[in-house]
Amino acid sequence: MSAKRDRILFWVILTAVSVLFVYPFLWLISASLKPRDQVFDNVLIPTTWAPGNYVSIWQVAPVLSWFVNSVVVAIAAALTVTVASAVVAFGFAYFRFPGRNALFGLVLATMMLPGAATMIPVYLIWNSVGLATTQVPLWAANLFGSAFYIFLLRQFFLGLPRELFEAARIDGASYWTLFWRIAVPLCRPALIVVAIFELKASWSDLLKPLIYLRDPALYTLPRGLKAISDQFGQAGEQRWEIVLAGSVVTIVPMIVIFFLAQRHFVEGIATQARKG
Amino acid sequence: MSTVLPEQGSRIRSWVTGFRRRETLAAYGFLSPWIIGFLVFMAAPMIASLVLSLTDYDALRPANFVGMSNYQQLLLDPKVRVSLANTLIYTVMMVPGTMVIALALALLLAKVGRRSVGFFRTVFYLPVVTPKVAVGVLFLLLFNGQVGLINSALSLVGIHGPQWSTDPLWVKPGLVLMHLWAVGGTVVIYLAALKNVPRDLYEAATIDGASAWQRFRRVTLPMISGALFFTFIVETIAGLQTFDEAYAAFYGSAASATYSSDAALFYLIYLFQQAFQFLHLGYASAMAWLLFIVIIVITAIQVRLSRRFVYYEGR
Repeated sequence: MSAKRDRILFWVILTAVSVLFVYPFLWLISASLKPRDQVFDNVLIPTTWAPGNYVSIWQVAPVLSWFVNSVVVAIAAALTVTVASAVVAFGFAYFRFPGRNALFGLVLATMMLPGAATMIPVYLIWNSVGLATTQVPLWAANLFGSAFYIFLLRQFFLGLPRELFEAARIDGASYWTLFWRIAVPLCRPALIVVAIFELKASWSDLLKPLIYLRDPALYTLPRGLKAISDQFGQAGEQRWEIVLAGSVVTIVPMIVIFFLAQRHFVEGIATQARKG
Repeated sequence: MSTVLPEQGSRIRSWVTGFRRRETLAAYGFLSPWIIGFLVFMAAPMIASLVLSLTDYDALRPANFVGMSNYQQLLLDPKVRVSLANTLIYTVMMVPGTMVIALALALLLAKVGRRSVGFFRTVFYLPVVTPKVAVGVLFLLLFNGQVGLINSALSLVGIHGPQWSTDPLWVKPGLVLMHLWAVGGTVVIYLAALKNVPRDLYEAATIDGASAWQRFRRVTLPMISGALFFTFIVETIAGLQTFDEAYAAFYGSAASATYSSDAALFYLIYLFQQAFQFLHLGYASAMAWLLFIVIIVITAIQVRLSRRFVYYEGR
């Protein structure tokens, strides 16, 4: 009996906490649909509806091209990091060769390296090849894989039965065939996890676009939202309804992807724990 | 290297023949993307940044060697001190806060039925997928001292809320609260760890007469200590590199002019300003190295601590 009462109590607490977590989203969406003078009235259902805010925002800022830029950069970042990390992870998982453990230790060690430590020389590299004000630096480093994803994918590749590869070797398959035709199809769920994680990381990134992008036409959505909030927010014209609509446009695509790929998000996070 | 001991010689020989093998060549072929990336985007930049930190490079004129003077200036720069203090204070509040609240929520989730877990987990995870720049913008609105939602809600229960976004004393607690909104990622990690605790351990403890608190303290905590430690390190490193939400809320071309207090000046924000707004690339490189050293020292202390507190099964 008491176990059941406890369970109901827990359920009530969790529901109350959930309201705290969801309310800011509801507030944001509702406020983005209000006229300027009612933004802060903290009423959930707008007294006066102003869906025109979403028309105004396309007029005052090139939001559509920012959206396209974000999509292009995020897809490039996710694709490159997934393929490159998988290639490297397979190298560590399948082969036995001198220097393997030392190199893998190095991969793990670089996970601790803060991005800030290399930020300035990396900028100078892109500057010296004339790409410092383009979108290329936002994703091109992903061509070389990323330590955490290499670690994650190596775990999955190690889980595949070795006989599978040996049989294929006897049949004359090349190493690349082992990777591309056997390992990759069997680890597709893990690859999706990596791609989605990077998609989210790239979509949210503010620092790199701040460093590299000068031309507003090249902005990604987070950089664009920052520009909108500089122009129309606290220090600017105080047109909060524009800033709010911009926030919604930045957030919603990620929420949609989250709902589509929820299972993979949760799997990916849970795998992080096993590493601990 | 004129005399090589016999056994050493054979070891070197086997290493060299190991390299000649087709398999080894193929392996390094697979690793080559990472090796190139490591050399070009990590090793070389780390060395370059060390060299830059000894110069007065400003991207316009050729660099002059200035020795340790950037590092001396670091120690005297009041903004370095303020931003480092801000970052540490924030991290010290944020990390334990995240861990305690995430653990409490994960324990609650572990106790309710399977069907509701999925629903709550989704709700808790939504803020995690929200870009931090939007979180920073939301912060200014929700935590506005006069008309913000937080203070309006507080006034309902008779509390006169502080000026979260302008009072230097309340800016960091406000940012911590905003960060706690995205606690869901840690909740999911803890929940996965809790599910891996063998049930028979609890049954054995109950038979031995352990109270609920003792079961938590002696069974649950040791069994999930690996996950606790992992989030401890990851959250600390993330806290020390806080940028997006604070910069979005308080800095930028226009906003920096209105907000004069340095209460939200995080170390990475000041580093970014020095490097890319004032183009003090030499000085900023010294700042980057200081941050790198701070992170290494703190992580090393944490790893030391973990040897005492983390329980690894099978060791």
